[in-house]
Amino acid sequence: MSSSISENRALGEGFVPKRTRLQWVQVTLHKYPWISALIVLILVVAGFGLVNERFLLPSTISLMVQQTVIVGTLALAQSLIILTAGIDLSIGSIMIFGQMVMANIAVFATASNVLPIAGGNPYLAIGLGILAATAIGGINGLIIVRFNLPPFIVTLGTWSVFMGFSLILFKSRIIQGLEMPEVMTLLGEGFSVGPFVFTFGLLVMVFLFFAVSWALRNTAWGIHVYAVGDDPVAARLSGINTKRVILSVYLVAGLIMGIAAYITIGRIGSASPNVDPMLNLQSITAVVIGGISLFGGRGAVVGALLGAMIVTAVEMGLSLAGVDQAYRTASIGMLVIIAVGVDQWIRKVKV
Amino acid sequence: MDSKGEGMTEPIIKGRGLIKRFGSVTGLNGTDFDVYPGEVLAIIGDNGAGKSTLIKCFAGAHSPDEGTIWVNGAEVKFGSTQEARKNGIETVFQTLAVSPALDIAANMFLGREIRTKNLLGSILRRLDHKEMRRLAAEHLQNLGISTLQDIRQPVETLSGGQRQAVSVARAAAFGSKVIVLDEPTAALGVRESGKVLELVRDLKKSGITVVLISHNMPQVFEVADRIHVQRLGRRAAVITPGSASMNDAVAIMTGALDLPESEQQLTPI
Repeated sequence: MSSSISENRALGEGFVPKRTRLQWVQVTLHKYPWISALIVLILVVAGFGLVNERFLLPSTISLMVQQTVIVGTLALAQSLIILTAGIDLSIGSIMIFGQMVMANIAVFATASNVLPIAGGNPYLAIGLGILAATAIGGINGLIIVRFNLPPFIVTLGTWSVFMGFSLILFKSRIIQGLEMPEVMTLLGEGFSVGPFVFTFGLLVMVFLFFAVSWALRNTAWGIHVYAVGDDPVAARLSGINTKRVILSVYLVAGLIMGIAAYITIGRIGSASPNVDPMLNLQSITAVVIGGISLFGGRGAVVGALLGAMIVTAVEMGLSLAGVDQAYRTASIGMLVIIAVGVDQWIRKVKV
Repeated sequence: MDSKGEGMTEPIIKGRGLIKRFGSVTGLNGTDFDVYPGEVLAIIGDNGAGKSTLIKCFAGAHSPDEGTIWVNGAEVKFGSTQEARKNGIETVFQTLAVSPALDIAANMFLGREIRTKNLLGSILRRLDHKEMRRLAAEHLQNLGISTLQDIRQPVETLSGGQRQAVSVARAAAFGSKVIVLDEPTAALGVRESGKVLELVRDLKKSGITVVLISHNMPQVFEVADRIHVQRLGRRAAVITPGSASMNDAVAIMTGALDLPESEQQLTPI
């Protein structure tokens, strides 16, 4: 037997084909999907900067970064869920519920609702608000896991149900910042770094991204989240409790949304049940643009942050360029379609 | 069978009257099963006979609707693959059960990840990626697979044979008592199949029991001690490569031949 052939070849050896440059790009983007988001962000900022130099002013950039904070935090929660091949359409409602609980417990005067807990204690308020949001997120998870229903459909329903909770319990009263202790609007406060102005809310968001990224890459839970989204059957056969993982993801997402609620009160200066209805879709857009696959199991959460920044940058850029609101909305939609298209192309990698 | 009862060993896994239904389809219709410690038992049968369903019951992937399973003489009810593994039973499923987007090391330790030995490991439960990669590479080396470029490759970039190798290596690495292989050579070529058969022999030499499902008669007759023939959800017969021919085996599989129990090999040789 020819020694060189049989010794060098062992079970299942493959050969490495030559790659064209385009294929090399495809493979790299496959390994690190968020790189495409980073490239797009740089292109967008550079592009708009060329069109209108006011775009690159520190004040504009600061504003842009601050605008990203709410969508970014929600996108973080959404990306966790999407990694398990799920989706959460009720994100905005959960955050609103969290806000309402927080604000109504923190008001000095009587709460506008049935709960007699108002008393102006901000720490209790924040804590209970985050807890409430986590619990509500858990309800999504419980329904999905217990009854084996598709997340899209469950959260489509809970979107309205949770909104209903908020309105029933807290009516439609907007609680102004002045009615609550100062701590409630703390995350809206900022500090300057040179000519740039950043808020504490931004710091919280960045911290959350670091924490979740770390957990996803360095804990067994993180690996299981990816495994469940990638191939739930293989995950189950490998001994992973897929139901527990999915439930945990919705709970953590709820927790993040509770924190987002606190950030929003700080940013807007009041607690209102009328938050932008586009927030849900914007969070999903950010996740998809960030290279996280809607089919689950692939992508890094940092992509969601980049995606949120791209959405804000495009919005701001177009608005500064004087483009009409209608065209701005359409262009974000086109961005999503292009992002999904690129995602599909990247997935076709053959080694 | 030893008439005086001397040298009668207990089966390491025993099943009696196993019934498993899927809606209106009956997968297992009262299957009996015995595999003795240290032997290589092959399971053969036509499509739909219930081979995969049977081993999934021991693997913890299915719960039989009726019937009992004993492992080492103790009755067990496996609710998950983890429980089967705790009993030393490792399974390589037909679908391989690997996660395509995760890398080789992650798949090797899926469900039993290793944590770092420091404070970060115990409190924050930080994973020891370096150790897992090192061990994964070692296990693959033991199987003779040294040509995978990077242990960090996502499994989906591997060929079918390489994926099968990873799956088999995983079972061989953790299997302490019984290793079950469901069609392990289905995706492999001749030389690679040979390596798997070599592995089966090596496992037997180290005292591990091997249960092997295969459609490949020559391989089965080459490596098995006893052959369990599954037909229509029940155990039709147990034969040995010495006592029956491949034609007999196929005849029993298809129902053309009915073997009386006295001519079967229900206990170890």
